[in-house]
Amino acid sequence: MRCSLSLIASAMILAAPATGLAQSPRYNVGTPLSQEEIKSFDFLIGPQGQALPVGRGSAKDGATIFAKRCEVCHGRNGESGVLRRLVLGKPGQPFRGPFKAEDRDSVAYYPYATIAWDYINRAMPVPKPGSLTHDEVYSLTAFILYRNGIIGETDVMDEKTLPKVEMPNRNGFIPAVPVYPPEKKPSWW
Amino acid sequence: MGSNGTGRRRFLKQAAALAGVGVGAGIGGNLASNAQTAKDAHGPAEHLRRGVPLRRGVRMSVDHITFYTPFQDYGGIITPSHLHFVQQHSSHFPEIDAANHRLTIHGLVDRPMSFSMDDLKRLPSVSRVHFLECHANSSSMIHHNGNANMGPPVQYVHGMSSCSEWTGVPLSVLLNEVGLKKEASWLVSEGADPGKFSHTVPLGKALDDVFVAYGQNGEPLRVEQGYPIRLFVPGFEAPFSVKYLSHIKVVDQPYHTFNEGMNHSIPRDDIGGKSRWYHFEQGPKSVITRPSADVMTLTKGYVQITGLAWSGGGKISKVDVSTDGGKTWKEATLQTPVHTKAHTRFTFDWAWNGEETMIMSRCTDDQGEVQPTQKELYTHWGVPEKDMNKPLRGSIHTNMIQPWKIARDGSITNAMFA
Repeated sequence: MRCSLSLIASAMILAAPATGLAQSPRYNVGTPLSQEEIKSFDFLIGPQGQALPVGRGSAKDGATIFAKRCEVCHGRNGESGVLRRLVLGKPGQPFRGPFKAEDRDSVAYYPYATIAWDYINRAMPVPKPGSLTHDEVYSLTAFILYRNGIIGETDVMDEKTLPKVEMPNRNGFIPAVPVYPPEKKPSWW
Repeated sequence: MGSNGTGRRRFLKQAAALAGVGVGAGIGGNLASNAQTAKDAHGPAEHLRRGVPLRRGVRMSVDHITFYTPFQDYGGIITPSHLHFVQQHSSHFPEIDAANHRLTIHGLVDRPMSFSMDDLKRLPSVSRVHFLECHANSSSMIHHNGNANMGPPVQYVHGMSSCSEWTGVPLSVLLNEVGLKKEASWLVSEGADPGKFSHTVPLGKALDDVFVAYGQNGEPLRVEQGYPIRLFVPGFEAPFSVKYLSHIKVVDQPYHTFNEGMNHSIPRDDIGGKSRWYHFEQGPKSVITRPSADVMTLTKGYVQITGLAWSGGGKISKVDVSTDGGKTWKEATLQTPVHTKAHTRFTFDWAWNGEETMIMSRCTDDQGEVQPTQKELYTHWGVPEKDMNKPLRGSIHTNMIQPWKIARDGSITNAMFA
C-alpha cells in the first residue's frame, strides 16, 4: 500500500474527499481494512442499539451470573460492594429523581439502557473483560435493570427489546440533542 | 475522597475483593513496574534510579490509579513526563507492544484503514505545548488540609493538571486518508486498556486541533500516559484524550459511552437538576504554587509569588494577584512565550510584612473569560444558601480562585472554606 514519492503528487490531486477536507492532500499511508477485520474488533454499541448483536437473557438468568462474576466487587444485587453502587430504587419501584451527584453510579442515572450493555460487554468483569457471551451480557443487563425497578424479572432483553427500555432519567440531560459547538458559551460555565 | 487512612483501608478492602477473583497480584505488580519506568530509550528518570523519594501522590483502587503532579516542586511550564498526572480508569496499566499496535479508523468513512506506528510517524507531525486536566481537578470535595501522603494542597487539590510538549499526527490528516462520509458528525475513540476507555469527540473539534500523540516532552509516551499512542484533544476535559488509542469509529451522533455521560456529567440545581451531556472546554484557572499551604513557612521580607494559569478557551492574557485577601489586585508577570491552551507561569514580587493575610491569583483568557470566585461559581451552579460555604460533593469543572492564608507565625493553610 505504500506509494513512491514520485506518485504522491498525482495522488494528492486525484484523491479529494467530499467532506470538509476537500483541499487537503492524501498521503496513501496505512492499510485498508476489510469488513471481516472490522467485525473482529468493533464492539461499540450506539444509544439506539446500533450494532447490538443477537442474543437474549432475563433478570432470572442474570442473577446467577451476577452472583458468580460480579458480586465480589459490586456486592449482593449490586447494592453494597466495594465499588460502584449499581442500584437505586428497587424492583417495581424505579428511582425517578431528582438525581444528585452521588447517584451517578447507578444504572438508573443512565439515559440509555444500551450504555450498560456496551460497558459490561467491553469492560467487565475486571479480571477478564470481554469474556462474557452475548447472552450473559443481555442477562446481566436485564438483572441490573430489574434491580433498579426499570424492567420486570422475567422480561427478556435482546437486540430488539433492550434499546426500547424507557430509562427514568432519559430526559435528565441537556441540551436535548448534544451539539457542537455548544449553544451555550463558554461550555465550562 | 477520604483521608489517607480511609483510602488505604478502602484500597485493601478492594484489593482483597479482587484477589478473590484472581487479579490481586496484578494491581500492585503492574503499578510498581510501570509507574517508575517507561518503555523508552531513556529508561527511568535519573533521580528515581538514585532512590530520591517520589513526590508524586499516588492513589490506587480496583478501578482507578491516580497520580497527582507536585506543582510545589518545579518551575517553568513543562511537567516532567514521569510527574504528569494520571487518572487511570482501570486496575492496571496495559503493556502494549508498539510494533504490533494498530490504530483503526472505520465507521462512516470511504476507506476504513489501519495505521501502524511506522505509518503514523511517517505522516506530517505537529508538536504543541498543551495542558491536560482532569475535569474533576480542584473539586471542592478535596479542599481540606492535612493529607501528607498526597502532598500539600497545591498537589492533591490541583495536581490533576499537567503540561507537556506533545508530538503527533493531526487527526485531520488521518481522517483525510480514510475520507469522511457526509453523515459523519462525531467520532468515538476507544483505548486498549482493560477498561476499554471510550469517549465521543465532536467532528468539528476533531478536524480543528486534535491530534494522535506518540511523543511527550521529546520521548515516547510514558506507559501511564497511553503508550504507544493517545488521542490529544487540546483544551477539553481530559477524558476526551483517550489513552492507548486503538480504534476510532466515525458516527453520526454522540455515543454516550459509560466513560462520558455516566461518569463525567453531573446534576446541577441551576438547570433544574439536569446534567449537561458535555462540558467540553476547561475553564480559566490559576493557582499560586509557592508560597502555598504546607509547602513552606514564611519569614518577613522578600518572597516571589509564583504559580500557573491555564484555560481551555485559549491563551492566558492576564493574571492578577492579591496579597490582601482579594481587596486589591495587581497584574503579575507572565513567562513568555505564552502558548494557547497551556500552563502559563506567572510571577509576582512581594515582601511579607509579617501580618496575617490571604494571597490568591485570578486569571483571564484571550476570550475574555475570567476565573470566578468560589461564591460566584456556587451561585452560578444554583447551590442553596445553606451549602454556599461547604465543599460540594462531586463538583466538576471547579476553577474557583484559590486563597492561601498566611498566619503571623508564617505558616500557610488552605483558606478555601476556612
